[in-house]
Amino acid sequence: MGVVIIGGGQAGFQTAASLRLEGFEERITLIGDEPHVPYQRPPLSKGFLLGKQEQRHAELRPAAFYETQRITLVTARVAAIDRTSRRVKLDSGEHIEYDTLVLATGARNRMLPYEGVCYLRTLGEATEIRQRLAAAQDVVVIGGGFIGLEVAAAARTLSKQVTVIEGQPRLMARVVAPVVSEYFRGQHENKGVDVLLNATLYGIREREVLLRERTSRPADLVIAGIGVEPNVELARDAGLPVGNGITVDEYLRTPDERIFAIGDCAECPNPFAQMCVRLESVQNAVDQATSAAKAIVGRGAPYAAVPWFWTDQYDIHLQMAGLPVGFDQIVTRGEPESRKFSVFYFRIGKLCAVDSINRPADHLAARKLIGAHTALSPDQASDESFDLKTAS
Amino acid sequence: MPKITYISHTGTTRTIDVPVGDTVMEGAVQNGVDGIVAECGGNCQCATCHVYVEEKFLPLLDPIGEDQDAMLDTTASPRKSNSRLSCQIHVKAELDGLVVHTPPTQQ
Ligand SMILES: Cc1cc2nc3c(=O)[nH]c(=O)nc-3n(C[C@H](O)[C@H](O)[C@H](O)COP(=O)(O)OP(=O)(O)OC[C@H]3O[C@@H](n4cnc5c(N)ncnc54)[C@H](O)[C@@H]3O)c2cc1C
Ligand code: FES
Repeated sequence: MGVVIIGGGQAGFQTAASLRLEGFEERITLIGDEPHVPYQRPPLSKGFLLGKQEQRHAELRPAAFYETQRITLVTARVAAIDRTSRRVKLDSGEHIEYDTLVLATGARNRMLPYEGVCYLRTLGEATEIRQRLAAAQDVVVIGGGFIGLEVAAAARTLSKQVTVIEGQPRLMARVVAPVVSEYFRGQHENKGVDVLLNATLYGIREREVLLRERTSRPADLVIAGIGVEPNVELARDAGLPVGNGITVDEYLRTPDERIFAIGDCAECPNPFAQMCVRLESVQNAVDQATSAAKAIVGRGAPYAAVPWFWTDQYDIHLQMAGLPVGFDQIVTRGEPESRKFSVFYFRIGKLCAVDSINRPADHLAARKLIGAHTALSPDQASDESFDLKTAS
Repeated sequence: MPKITYISHTGTTRTIDVPVGDTVMEGAVQNGVDGIVAECGGNCQCATCHVYVEEKFLPLLDPIGEDQDAMLDTTASPRKSNSRLSCQIHVKAELDGLVVHTPPTQQ
């Protein structure tokens, strides 16, 4: 019995580790369908593609950790949840019983209706892309979001000819202000990446990507990073509510009090968005896992961690704190030309998010300011002589 | 391989062979050394890999980068002049024998 966790990613691993840290003594079973010990994904589109990091660097803990912590790793796919008998059914037909179930099933890549396109989510996929990159000359990346741009940066660093195809009028349009999009477009173009905005994909042929504008780009490797779909099917089939993710309350609990959902697969009320959101980040996976573990041992508190995220492209380090949901004003601190600046987002006069480019101190100050709901005016934010650390 | 010694705040000592190029954090995590959490996986984002470096090795370390400096201001145990993030210390031959102390708490 004990706790059964479905999904051996960042959130699943952290739940198991945090439960032991919280002093939980009963059985913990971590079921994952990937053939590795749990690993982290951020290096896959960064150092791993460049050959600077290997699988062992991505592994969250060595195999021995699970033995000493008495965490049973099961490599299998869960086919169904039976809430009445409180057990999960594996693909093999075997059943595992639970007292508490944690859904940490993550998300899967959206796919294009074409053959021969690579996607990047797993270590297996990253290994294949790394091998194919070595032999490739012309790389086409479809999607100008974080993962697409990180892959583009890695490929360009490896001296490949790189094209990025983005349907929106700017890069990372879903999450950053135009000034940040423009900065990144400029940096990629300076490095020699061909960035095509407002572009519509028309088709993919052998060694060629066709665009609706009657142009094409040679491609011996096509990689798409066009967003993800949360893995909600197990929950939905078990009759649990699902919106843009498995719906949970502020304790990360589904309406079935024995079942929690966390990480990329879950949508949860978020005080920084003032609505229910589903986030895709290491911070969200780790902090929700820690919270769920506390709730399981009876020390739960409403989830209220400040969201943060980072992306590395070339030597540009973008760190984001808070959520720019519904912002109506932005100010910048520092000049984009100096290659170090931050963008502060305000919603009805209240600071809601900060994007920092190579300004780590601003980012950390922002995490604190946003977390404590500190009043900061746009004028203070843009005034570099105003010390953010002293704001309170 | 350079040997790195990790001493916990209660005095538990572990000496590990860490490959050149790996970080002091990785040496700990891959060998189950307690006291280093590394929640962000070595990305200089969490400060849960904080260590106190034995003074005589400080001159052998690279200067503290801007992001490490900012992050060190957020450690759970007090920052001291010999505080470093172990994910930012890349092991090299000269660091053979390095001794680091893990703090009482990382979170
Ligand atoms: C290439 C890449 C780079 C990234 N870079 C960053 C970054 O720089 N910064 C950042 O903050 N975030 C980054 N992220 C996002 C971050 O990695 C995710 O938000 C995080 O991994 C989410 O963790 P999770 O455990 O919720 O989901 P996942 O990591 O997706 O883990 C879910 C696991 O559950 C398994 N699973 C699903 N269904 C079943 C089933 N029925 N039975 C058994 N197992 C199942 C899946 O196969 C998977 O292994 C990146 C993601 C990717 C893909
Ligand atoms: S591991 Fe997170 S800062 Fe070092």
